[in-house]
Amino acid sequence: MSLINYSSREINCKVVYYGPGLGGKTTNIQYVYEKLAPETKGKLVTLATEMDRTLFFDFLPLELGEVKGFKTRFHLYTVPGQVYYNASRKLILRGVDGIVFVADSSEARFDANIEALYNLHDNLKEYDLSLDQIPFVMQWNKRDVPDAIPVSELVEELNPEGYEHFEGIAVKGVGVFDTLKCVAKQILRQLQTT
Amino acid sequence: MVRAEWAIFEEDFWAINNVLEDLRKSSKAGNVMLIDRTGQLVSHCGPDVGFDLTSFASLCAADFEANYQLARLIGEKDFSTLYHQGAKDSMFLGKIAKGVVLVVLFDKSTTLGLVRLRVRHAVAELDKIIEGLYDKLEYRNEEYDTFDETFTREVEAEIDSLFAD
Repeated sequence: MSLINYSSREINCKVVYYGPGLGGKTTNIQYVYEKLAPETKGKLVTLATEMDRTLFFDFLPLELGEVKGFKTRFHLYTVPGQVYYNASRKLILRGVDGIVFVADSSEARFDANIEALYNLHDNLKEYDLSLDQIPFVMQWNKRDVPDAIPVSELVEELNPEGYEHFEGIAVKGVGVFDTLKCVAKQILRQLQTT
Repeated sequence: MVRAEWAIFEEDFWAINNVLEDLRKSSKAGNVMLIDRTGQLVSHCGPDVGFDLTSFASLCAADFEANYQLARLIGEKDFSTLYHQGAKDSMFLGKIAKGVVLVVLFDKSTTLGLVRLRVRHAVAELDKIIEGLYDKLEYRNEEYDTFDETFTREVEAEIDSLFAD
């Protein structure tokens, strides 16, 4: 739910990183946090377990430069990947403006990708939303693992609708910015055309 | 033409700020904030808090949302207020129309009773403003032509420069 504040001249948008557990959602926003200049980013907030698994969410605010006197802010959130944290995943989706689905390319995690994608559909339905209505980008992460499934197969199984998608190796930063740029631009375009 | 799902117009912003400032003074609280349900800070009244307000707003919204889900689990419609008590500072959160959340930070110089009483009055006023604001969105969005194609292109250029590898 984008918010335009005409008084403080700000536009705020919410981006949620979704996907299976240990797929690299947190790694994506950690990379963004590490690479951006201090004046463009806020504090990285992580609500994680002792094992560094996301318990509730990670949160990173980003700020673009002023255009026509308006500042545009993107608030990045990740959701916990594990199935038993579904209640948390659902509530982070409230008011979402754009979604990045981080899929794990590893063959061993293929079913987990499908489960997470179906779960995303189900959770959006509870807010009367569907993926056709909101900006959506997919990232095939962990392209460097030995048992990586070919991208063509991932697309066939997980992205028959043909949403924009990128290959990624989030730990090395590969594809991280491309994915985020793509979803951010889609959000802006949707704001303009809504 | 940009059509946000919700927007704060200048006059509503000041109306909100007046209610927040009145609440802050009458309840003798330190800081008063209005946050939308997605965790975005709408307005803040009071001295510099000395911590990251953006993170604070996002955590408050998550706190309220988690408690909303808890309420549903036990068969309640929602919890309209939340109270977090600290040794020195405490927080009182109240639900406003359209999922907006009012947050009051206060210390020992006031009491929970006074804060709760004043919040009740403020919630009623803020409800009216927020409801009116949503009605206005039906037509006021179109008055603003700042966000045209050029604007989108310029923001896209900003995105490219921010995320330049």
